[in-house]
Amino acid sequence: MRKIGTFVATALLAAGAGAANAQDKELTLCWAAWDPANALVELSKDFTAQTGIKMNFEFVPWTNFADRMLNELNSGGKLCDLMIGDSQWIGGGATYGHYVKLNDFFDAEGISMDDFLPATVYAYSTWPKGTPNYYALPAMGDALGWVYRKDWFERPEIREAFKAEYGRDLEVPTTWVELKEIAEFFQGREIDGETRYGAAIYTERGSEGITMGVTAALYPWGFKYVNTPGEYDMEGAVNSPEAVEALEFYKSLYDCCTPPGHSDAYMVANLDAYKSGQVAMQMNWFAFFPGIAKDEVVGGDVSGFFVNPGQNIEASTLGGQGISVVAYSDKQAEALEYIKWFAQPDVQAKWWELGGYAVHVDVAGAPDFPDSTPFAGEFLKAMDGVQDFWQEPIYAELMLAMQKRIHDYVVAGDGTAKEALDKLIEDWTISFEDDGKL
Amino acid sequence: MSGGAMESVADAAARATPKRMAGRLRGLSDRAIAWLFISPTIVLLLAINIFPLLWTVYLSFTNYRANQPGREVKWIGTRNYERLLGSEDVWGYMQATAHFLVWTMVLQVVIGLGLALLINRGFRTSGFWTTVILIPMMLSPAVVGTFWTYLYQPQTGIFSYIINTFAEVGALNMIGSVSLAPWAIVIVDTWMWTPYIMLLCLAGLRSIPPYLYEAAEIDRANALQKFWYITLPRILPFLMLAVLFRGIENFKMFDMVVELTSGGPGSTTELASINLKREAFEKWRTGYASAFAVILFVTVFGLASIYVKALNRVRS
Amino acid sequence: MSARSTAYSVGESSTRTKWIAAVLVIGYALVAMIPLVWIGMTGFKSPPDSIAYPPKVFFEPTLEGYVNLFTTRSRQTDEYIESLGPPQTWYDELVRERNMVITGPSRFADRYKNSIVIGFGSTFLAVFLGTLAAYGFSRFKVPLKDDLLFFILSTRMMPPIAVAIPIFLMYRELGLSDTALGMILLYTAVNLSLAVWLLKGFVDEIPREYEEAAVVDGYTRFQAFYKVVLPQMRSGIAATAIFCLIFAWNEYAFALLLTSGEAQTAPPFIPIIIGEGGLDWPAVAAGTTVFLLPVVIFTVLLRNQLLRGITFGAIRK
Repeated sequence: MRKIGTFVATALLAAGAGAANAQDKELTLCWAAWDPANALVELSKDFTAQTGIKMNFEFVPWTNFADRMLNELNSGGKLCDLMIGDSQWIGGGATYGHYVKLNDFFDAEGISMDDFLPATVYAYSTWPKGTPNYYALPAMGDALGWVYRKDWFERPEIREAFKAEYGRDLEVPTTWVELKEIAEFFQGREIDGETRYGAAIYTERGSEGITMGVTAALYPWGFKYVNTPGEYDMEGAVNSPEAVEALEFYKSLYDCCTPPGHSDAYMVANLDAYKSGQVAMQMNWFAFFPGIAKDEVVGGDVSGFFVNPGQNIEASTLGGQGISVVAYSDKQAEALEYIKWFAQPDVQAKWWELGGYAVHVDVAGAPDFPDSTPFAGEFLKAMDGVQDFWQEPIYAELMLAMQKRIHDYVVAGDGTAKEALDKLIEDWTISFEDDGKL
Repeated sequence: MSGGAMESVADAAARATPKRMAGRLRGLSDRAIAWLFISPTIVLLLAINIFPLLWTVYLSFTNYRANQPGREVKWIGTRNYERLLGSEDVWGYMQATAHFLVWTMVLQVVIGLGLALLINRGFRTSGFWTTVILIPMMLSPAVVGTFWTYLYQPQTGIFSYIINTFAEVGALNMIGSVSLAPWAIVIVDTWMWTPYIMLLCLAGLRSIPPYLYEAAEIDRANALQKFWYITLPRILPFLMLAVLFRGIENFKMFDMVVELTSGGPGSTTELASINLKREAFEKWRTGYASAFAVILFVTVFGLASIYVKALNRVRS
Repeated sequence: MSARSTAYSVGESSTRTKWIAAVLVIGYALVAMIPLVWIGMTGFKSPPDSIAYPPKVFFEPTLEGYVNLFTTRSRQTDEYIESLGPPQTWYDELVRERNMVITGPSRFADRYKNSIVIGFGSTFLAVFLGTLAAYGFSRFKVPLKDDLLFFILSTRMMPPIAVAIPIFLMYRELGLSDTALGMILLYTAVNLSLAVWLLKGFVDEIPREYEEAAVVDGYTRFQAFYKVVLPQMRSGIAATAIFCLIFAWNEYAFALLLTSGEAQTAPPFIPIIIGEGGLDWPAVAAGTTVFLLPVVIFTVLLRNQLLRGITFGAIRK
């Protein structure tokens, strides 16, 4: 008994000491666990070398990221000093005081928001939207794009078969209708002795997956969240005929052209399906494209990249994040020092080199940028037409409602597209009423 | 205190406890000791169970949101409850829970009772195999859910592969298909918890005195009659107790299913607890979620009370 | 009840029925073991083997999954890897075959350590408080005793998510969010109901006469408890402790909602072990194996007490 007691006491002390002993010269940065995060670890070694501040990282997979990190912020936790939070969090981060306002710091250090791509400053840094109130520095530009098996697209026998069936050449699709035809063409086709499938699209239920996927179709059809910008009049916008058509289209794509069991797939599942040679195309964030380009199996000339196809208009779903200082951190000075270091043009250049999407104009605005990689040009095209989900403080609530309604319809096949969107308006109306906006 | 030998034992006892405490404890009355022993437990339970429960009840009548600390907390009466009970979606979650609850109990009772009857035949090495069968129920449900997603992979998973060696049904999309997903969670729960029912049935079987069967032999009862008139009534209290404990647990089910299906596809396997977590810790509608929590608690408490009454009737 | 003492049975079974029973039971046990064996095997597969079709029963074992479990890696170009010189260790070599280099340890060891600290801490507290309370309930006239005992049990009827809502708010005010202390207190409270009910059963089984004799001999009540009752409860306390430990070890919902890094235990972490760009099944399987193995061992050790533990002491045989 006494031995156990001593052990427990020691264990308790050790657990307590862990927190108390934390040195001043140490920072923890929280982000999602994905390719760019590894690049950031590499990049941050320079920061440690220059300042002596040790960097710790807390990376959480995307499907748990929002859930875990918003929980952390809402509990006033001190785990993270720096947070690379998702674009939709900015409203809540600013309104509920999770993020430190950076205007004074930017002014004092001479950091100008004009040095970053305007679309990213608008999306990642400002709240209320578009006002010069900054709560983050644009850290990582991102949008939803597509990867395709260039090697298959170039094979003469496949091209012939496609032309015979559809009467046109097999090229990168420029509209969603073309994309679906190509996906149908590849679905179930034998290539090199194995059965292949059309396209890996987002269908994840738990976090934000299927919403990100379906908006990639909704936006090009002309979907709008509201009729009047700044108001919350959603009737007729969210459930417009175009929106209904786009949603039906996404379901038909899911039904016809995805690999078996692709019913709860987000980034990682799409990557797996693509890298294992199951599918001809996958939708995914540009963030993964550097990794795909240097992959041992699908890298090099095997893969090509294209911007999200248009339909009625050209549009892409926005990804990407800004870097913020957490208001509950005891080490805000060091955290600001990191941001100051990160904003420097040469650091930004190295960031892009390592695989992070730097959005500093010296990097992304440089004339040789579009040709620097096979996907850089497509990335700039995408950033020209990005649209984002609600960034309202109550975004999580709005997101979960959409996840449910869309997944219920697309994957589970409940009801019609119109009903799903009508119910979504009901859910959102209640949320905005509760929040006092309606 | 008298007697040198006794004195020294008592002293030794006193020495073994911290000195000051022992000094104080030595003179304590039984009543004081009783309270001294019980009160820490009661205090901890009050602090971490009862106070929070009351708080939850209070919050369920407000529009409180835990992620908006500055917002004014308004008393909104029973609006959360009205919304919950009037919501079609909530009934959907309750139905999913009921489906899970009923089918897991039925399957586990049938298989568990069957196994117990077989083991009770008393073949050699049955003890070893009983222990082997018990292992799944001691494992972490969340981790079990995680690795079953791997076993359930439609193409590369072992589950679909094994089924297909017996019957050519094609790749089974256990987690992604609306018709299969509710059964996918039932199968895993049955795999995990059948041993529980089995173990309690075994205890019941061993409580039956052999002379009852001997008497039945004399009356020339057949095997089915023996089972119906002797075995079943005797093990029923054990079986019902097992169903009570498992039923409560499965009504609260969260961890295994959330890791396995996260409620999908659509909302097919969105059990009450999974939705409660979304409302409380993802949407942060704390007041609304509290009302949901209260409803769930009242439901489980009510069902359990009725059940316990039935159980007591069976026992007597 | 003892899992071993199966000699006693209903009537006399014929040899043939015994054979049939044995075949069916062993068949069930073997089928039930397939998932666990499969996970154990997957831990030693290479990532491509783990998603091979048809599933591979025979494969070349590798420790890649275990290396991936305990390290973080990053993908590098061939030139960079060559510039590092020859690999220093066997695990460096293993990782470099996949064009990766080890950048540091993973968080798994930390999470595992948290599981141990929180598991043992809460078990110790629950058993300590539970022993005292069980003795109190067993030996003294406590007003409203039955109500109190029922109240202790009913705390188990709340869904954990429902309990977590106010606890979350409370811990946020008290600064206990994401701390080992907070988790220990919470698991102690949850385990107390089990501990009190189980231990009370054990105390009830110890004849009162022993203590009464000791009191007559000049022991105080406390000494009688400490010197007479406690030693006799030893095996009961050990069994209770293991049950509490297993609960704390397996618990997921509270850990998911109330910890994020510092105090996070293994169960919420294992599902999110991912490799670069893909779900790394061998690493997940390795983590699962490392995590489940202690419980399997405890189950075997505890087999004769299991029944009592899982029914809150309602069935004692």
